[in-house]
Amino acid sequence: MQYMLAVHSVDGAPQPSPEEMQTAFAQVDRLNAELQSAGAWVFGGGLLPPESATVVRVQSGATTMTDGPFAETKEQLGGFWVIRAKDLDEALVWAEKCAEACMNPVEVRPFQDTGE
Amino acid sequence: MDLAGLYRAEYGRCVATLTRLLGDIGLAEEAVQDAFAVALEKWETPPPNPGAWIVTTARNRAIDRLRRESTREARHAQALLLQHPDEPAEVGPVRDDQLRMIFTCCHPALSPLAQTALTLRLLGGLEAAEVARAYLVPEATIAQRIVRAKKKIRDAAIPYRVPEAHELPDRLPPVLTVLYLIFNEGYAATSGPLVRTDLCLEAIRLTRALADLMPDEPEVLGLLALLLLSEARRPARTGPGGELVTLAEQDRSLWNRELIAEGHDLVRRCLRRNRPGPYQLQAAINAVHTDGDATDWPQVLALYDQLLAQTPTPIVALNRAVAVAEVHGPAAALAAVEGLELPGYHLLPATRADLLTRLDRPAEARAAYDEAIALAGNQTERAFLEARRAALDAQPSSQP
Repeated sequence: MQYMLAVHSVDGAPQPSPEEMQTAFAQVDRLNAELQSAGAWVFGGGLLPPESATVVRVQSGATTMTDGPFAETKEQLGGFWVIRAKDLDEALVWAEKCAEACMNPVEVRPFQDTGE
Repeated sequence: MDLAGLYRAEYGRCVATLTRLLGDIGLAEEAVQDAFAVALEKWETPPPNPGAWIVTTARNRAIDRLRRESTREARHAQALLLQHPDEPAEVGPVRDDQLRMIFTCCHPALSPLAQTALTLRLLGGLEAAEVARAYLVPEATIAQRIVRAKKKIRDAAIPYRVPEAHELPDRLPPVLTVLYLIFNEGYAATSGPLVRTDLCLEAIRLTRALADLMPDEPEVLGLLALLLLSEARRPARTGPGGELVTLAEQDRSLWNRELIAEGHDLVRRCLRRNRPGPYQLQAAINAVHTDGDATDWPQVLALYDQLLAQTPTPIVALNRAVAVAEVHGPAAALAAVEGLELPGYHLLPATRADLLTRLDRPAEARAAYDEAIALAGNQTERAFLEARRAALDAQPSSQP
């Protein structure tokens, strides 16, 4: 099974201090190494803020591009991991470590059947 | 032949075993339902071990069905079946299967309502309508929760296993809640006759299995003691005509002394550990009720005070009020229940009605009985409340 562990940031929530950011980065680096050595790592990374996003739509052959993220939602995807785990319990153990390392809540979602 | 009774008794056990064999709850349920359909056609009288027959038939039906399908689940289930080629002639390690099932149903990734609904459906064999009545919610809500929870178990790959020791502190509390609710549904059924013995015995059986698995968890022992001490009084709870008999009026010689002795022994073991929790406190209250010839109400009230401090819920406050009435009188108890909010719960107006009767306020008591009768889904409790209301009419009131 593959799971996405998504980190959401809430728009307007207090920004972490530069020191806290540095701590989180260092923790996430260590965790990534642990995920890789455990064979659970598939992919992962942090995203730049939603203002850097562009939305592309194709409707009846016509392409339009708009500035900014999809919707004016309060919560925005800030980064994510894709991991390999044998079941939800194993994924939840990683999610706990991820939430602790990046100091944010983590949403665990299974991928559609990949036939793996 | 009582196929409905057999279905109720065997459904959960068979689905639990088939889930292990097939790796999927939905497939297991279909296979077990198929097997019961075959039983309905074929059985003149049930075979000596109907559960084993159902499991074997369900397994064979599942193989037939899977051969015709080629989805990933079907291939996976076929592969699993081939790993256990000989086993299902017997029901197999049933105890472990049912523990696996209860931990899967009570997984913290599922909502509390989904956990209970799923456990009652899959282990208790209740229909969605019965679960809905137990929870005072529409049947469609429960049916949808059950479907959604089963889908999440499959999609998110919630495992089918008993958790490791270090996981138990997080995984155990929802399981205890669910077992307690199953017993309660059996002890005061929300519909039909008062007691559904099968559910009570099922809850006790599963709790015993849990206590064997976790003898060092005092709340598991506390829950088992609570269930045994309640079960012990069951023979005295209804009279010859099936009518409800209150604790004060019960014939104590009908109580099951063996279960009481076992329950008291468990409560003493809990006391020695000195880590009281809500189930241990409720067990201690029941131990006081079943000790000697009459209840020591001040002790019961002291235990309820402790319970209310740990779990300040309106239900505990309501039950505590009954002890308050015995120790400090009905007026103090009525003050304690005013302001409690338990929408749809018949025992709140029933308790108020009793207290108002004792305070000689018949008009208000009658209104409270009317409210309680309208809410009571269980015919025995309804009959009891109607008799109380009728007694109110028979007595001349001191008020104009």
